[in-house]
Amino acid sequence: MSSSDIPTPDQASQHPDEVEEKNVHEVYQQIAGHFSSTRHKPWPMVERFLSGLTPGSVGLDVGCGNGKYLPVNRDVFIIASDRSDKLAQIAVQHQPHSTIVADILNLPHPESYFDFAISIAVVHHLSTPDRRVLAIREILRTLKPVDENGSGGRALVYVWALEQSTSRRGWDKGDAQDIMVPWVMKGKLAPGGAPTVEPKVFHRYYHLYSEKELEQDIHAAGGRVVESGYERDNWWAVATRND
Amino acid sequence: MKLFTANFLACAVKSCRTSPASFPLHFRDAELEQQELDFQPDFIRNILPRLDWDALQVIANELGFPKLPENKPADDSLGDEGLLRDIHKLLLETQVIEGKLVCGNCGHEYMIKEGIPNFLLPSHLV
Repeated sequence: MSSSDIPTPDQASQHPDEVEEKNVHEVYQQIAGHFSSTRHKPWPMVERFLSGLTPGSVGLDVGCGNGKYLPVNRDVFIIASDRSDKLAQIAVQHQPHSTIVADILNLPHPESYFDFAISIAVVHHLSTPDRRVLAIREILRTLKPVDENGSGGRALVYVWALEQSTSRRGWDKGDAQDIMVPWVMKGKLAPGGAPTVEPKVFHRYYHLYSEKELEQDIHAAGGRVVESGYERDNWWAVATRND
Repeated sequence: MKLFTANFLACAVKSCRTSPASFPLHFRDAELEQQELDFQPDFIRNILPRLDWDALQVIANELGFPKLPENKPADDSLGDEGLLRDIHKLLLETQVIEGKLVCGNCGHEYMIKEGIPNFLLPSHLV
């Protein structure tokens, strides 16, 4: 597909709610089954974070998708949430955890309660800088504050990087950061070769994070970055509250 | 949803956050189902300290279950496998399949469908 076929995010004339409804939420509702069938292998950094948790820890997976991180550690309890009820219906199978439908900007959890949170490949779907900061702030408020011994809740946030020149997409520093990325759902062929389901292309909105931008958003959200890095075309950071 | 999931849920409406009445949410018209789940005594032992026992008592009471022990099991009683099995059965194996969760502060009702509660807010509450 040539780049001219790809719609550009129409951020100027639309409310961010509408941008995300049309270009994120509705798309995930429609591609949920196919998306899930392509999402199995946990990213190493996420696996390391979850495996290192103390047994009995309680935490959140905000934007859990098909729940691929839920099987990593069965000694902790995770309340997984997704904006898409179709994805939540897939994630709910993973025991002993629980799955709910919720919005990252209005999480239905008590304050200062949780030992950990992960939000993997989610915050980059929010379509303004303010909303991305609000999303991180919303996750941070659910975490236990840091006590005098330095222990408190920790959140792992993972976002797609602008700097991924070696990836199939090939974006790099200096390229546009607010983009529409195509998701191609293959068609189905009948035994005779005639298509029974036509292939379909969906476009999802992404904000590609540049180096240090995730750390800046965490600071703006009132968090402290404990650790951060780059893994497989993504920037990640582990954050605590800073209050 | 497992009964004890309610221990980690509060009203999603921002103006309810400072109100103690927004936690726990209250089940209404709850349709219950027992679903067998592997009994992991260590999981229960580890998770117990993280539970808000008062909130659980409210929930169990509203759903008409026999009264939970007055105090949260700790120390010696954590060795009582029968007790842990009872807790497992009530908190993890009891599922709310259909019904509502209602905020005690604003009265908003969150629907539970096929065991999954939905906390998306209508635009006037965002």
